[in-house]
Amino acid sequence: MSETLVQTVPSPMRKRRFFDGNMIAVVVLVVLAFPLPLLLEQGQEAIAIRVLIFAMLGMSWNIMSGFGGMFSFGHAAYFGIGGYTSSILLVNLGISPWIGMVAGMGLAAGYGVIVGWLCFRYKLRGTYFALATFAFAEMLRIIVQSAEVLNASIGWNVPLIQGSSWWLMQFPAGSPNYFWLGLGLMAACLVVTIVFMRSKAGRFTIAIREDETAASSLGVPVLQYKLTAIALSGAIGALAGVFYTQYYLFIDPELGFGAYRSIEAILIPVVGGIGTIWGPIVGSVLLAPLNDITAAILRNPPPFLEFLQGRTGLDVMLYAVLIILVILFLPKGVFGTIKEKVTKR
Amino acid sequence: MAVTDATAEAAPARGLPPALKPILISIAIAAVVFFLAYLRTGGSGLILTQALVTGLLAGGVYSLVALGLTLIFGVLHIINFATGAFVTLGMYVTYVLSSNLGWNPYLTIVVSVPLLLLLGAVIQRFIINRAMGESHANTLLLTLGIGLLIENSLLLFFSGNPQSVRTEQDRVFNVFGAVATQSRVIAFFGAMLLAVALFIMLQRTPIGTAIRAVAANPTGARLVGINTKRIYVITFALGIACAGAAGTLVSPIVSITPVAGEVFNITAFVIVVLGGLGKVLGALFGGLIVGLAEQFGGILFPDQSNLLGVFIVFVLILFLRPQGLFSSGS
Repeated sequence: MSETLVQTVPSPMRKRRFFDGNMIAVVVLVVLAFPLPLLLEQGQEAIAIRVLIFAMLGMSWNIMSGFGGMFSFGHAAYFGIGGYTSSILLVNLGISPWIGMVAGMGLAAGYGVIVGWLCFRYKLRGTYFALATFAFAEMLRIIVQSAEVLNASIGWNVPLIQGSSWWLMQFPAGSPNYFWLGLGLMAACLVVTIVFMRSKAGRFTIAIREDETAASSLGVPVLQYKLTAIALSGAIGALAGVFYTQYYLFIDPELGFGAYRSIEAILIPVVGGIGTIWGPIVGSVLLAPLNDITAAILRNPPPFLEFLQGRTGLDVMLYAVLIILVILFLPKGVFGTIKEKVTKR
Repeated sequence: MAVTDATAEAAPARGLPPALKPILISIAIAAVVFFLAYLRTGGSGLILTQALVTGLLAGGVYSLVALGLTLIFGVLHIINFATGAFVTLGMYVTYVLSSNLGWNPYLTIVVSVPLLLLLGAVIQRFIINRAMGESHANTLLLTLGIGLLIENSLLLFFSGNPQSVRTEQDRVFNVFGAVATQSRVIAFFGAMLLAVALFIMLQRTPIGTAIRAVAANPTGARLVGINTKRIYVITFALGIACAGAAGTLVSPIVSITPVAGEVFNITAFVIVVLGGLGKVLGALFGGLIVGLAEQFGGILFPDQSNLLGVFIVFVLILFLRPQGLFSSGS
């Protein structure tokens, strides 16, 4: 109805060309990253691929909670739905993970819309909304963990094939194709995020985050755009889950739906910069290698850390310290702080 | 918070206040659940009595943890995601003292409570106080980071192998045909004792009055000369100490791992939402309800984790009465 009102306001942004600064940056990023698997060793390539998975997961959270302002504590649900849908379709029916990916994204978006609708229907916001997303994700985990049809706590192994196949999204270990596939998917997510944030829906999403009452009194259909943001976020989360499963060839309830996955989804944009397009990318580049660095330290500890040899836990401790420091000293995240400094000048 | 508690308590005496309706509805739901559980067990009264006894005993400890969480929320408006980690820390303090120095596990509470009080005060003073007044997401993430740090430090130093605290032969009590082990009974009464002590402290002492004043109106409290930052430190320390004490009390019952406190984290959220965020009495009753929901959930969905029942209660409460069962109005 009054949507037309909003549209008649001339928007200078609307006339912008498709290839603005952000888009050019995506192209540059892809071109620069493309030769990486040929330069890196196999172990380093694994880290690079984890960066890509983290980036997709972080972007997913960032759309719903960073741009949309709806704090999600249950992003594991989307990730798990994606990974489970594609692997179940592949194992039971031999359906390509590409189709499984589309199905998983649809299911995750649908799940997000239903949970989101319920939460908004009952006017949950802020802390209560976060707790509700957490509760739903945990319920999914519990149900999956004990449902025999879903292989309960055993999880799913992606059946191995000989050689490599783009159709089955599977390549021999160490093949650069995994990286290129991930890079392509991540770039696609990035482009979708940029286009979404430029679109009317994206602009409305930000308006709703800033002041829901004002947006709604200007005729923005608040519920519709909130659910759109959640659906997009859920779809990208599921995409990350599918790629994760196809790369590690395995998923179980804890890996897919565990609370730790939800925490990861939050940490990445928080460290990088909440509500910025590049924040999740920066966050994933900073966070993904930590795991391997600590693993290397613990495998071969310096003399004063000798007693820690072979222990686990140091990686997450570093995550935790990092998150505390970032919140205290860089509350806008690494990229967010840099961006602010640059634009102020 | 105490003000609303008082009205909620006194309300039933004054005819039919709005707070009574949801309570009646919950009683009706409880009756239906009880009946379904009765059918499910094939009419075995014993299983139901056992579920009641176990549920209530476990619920007492949940109450204590939730009390700490709700206290912190009521005063600081922070959801403390590290609650479970502090419960775990309490367990490990008890484990170290009793297995290395041979202390009686329950005696270790004289160490675990002061230690966690101190730790809580330090965390609030040097970390969280710096971020007070910023967005809720930030303080929530800080507690999340602190929780991860504690859990994984424990993992690093004690490894993930489950540990247990040695106790002498666990005596068994007979309650209407159901069994209750001595350690569970001690945990229940210990938790209740501490909860009541804390409640009295909040109501009757100057420091408790100051805490309630800050909860009700921080600006007003500052105007009458209360140092709110100090009250934040004291409150956070008290809330953490509740979690630590609960950890000590349950250490003879549970298998101690770095993530053993997680279940308390989850149940504490549920209880606090159930009882109304920031409501002390709500937390006490909510704990018992969640303890029962866990047991009856186990009967109704025998193939699922006990927590499923808890989450179902949680979601229902979130949707139907997010302000909590025990408060009128929103």
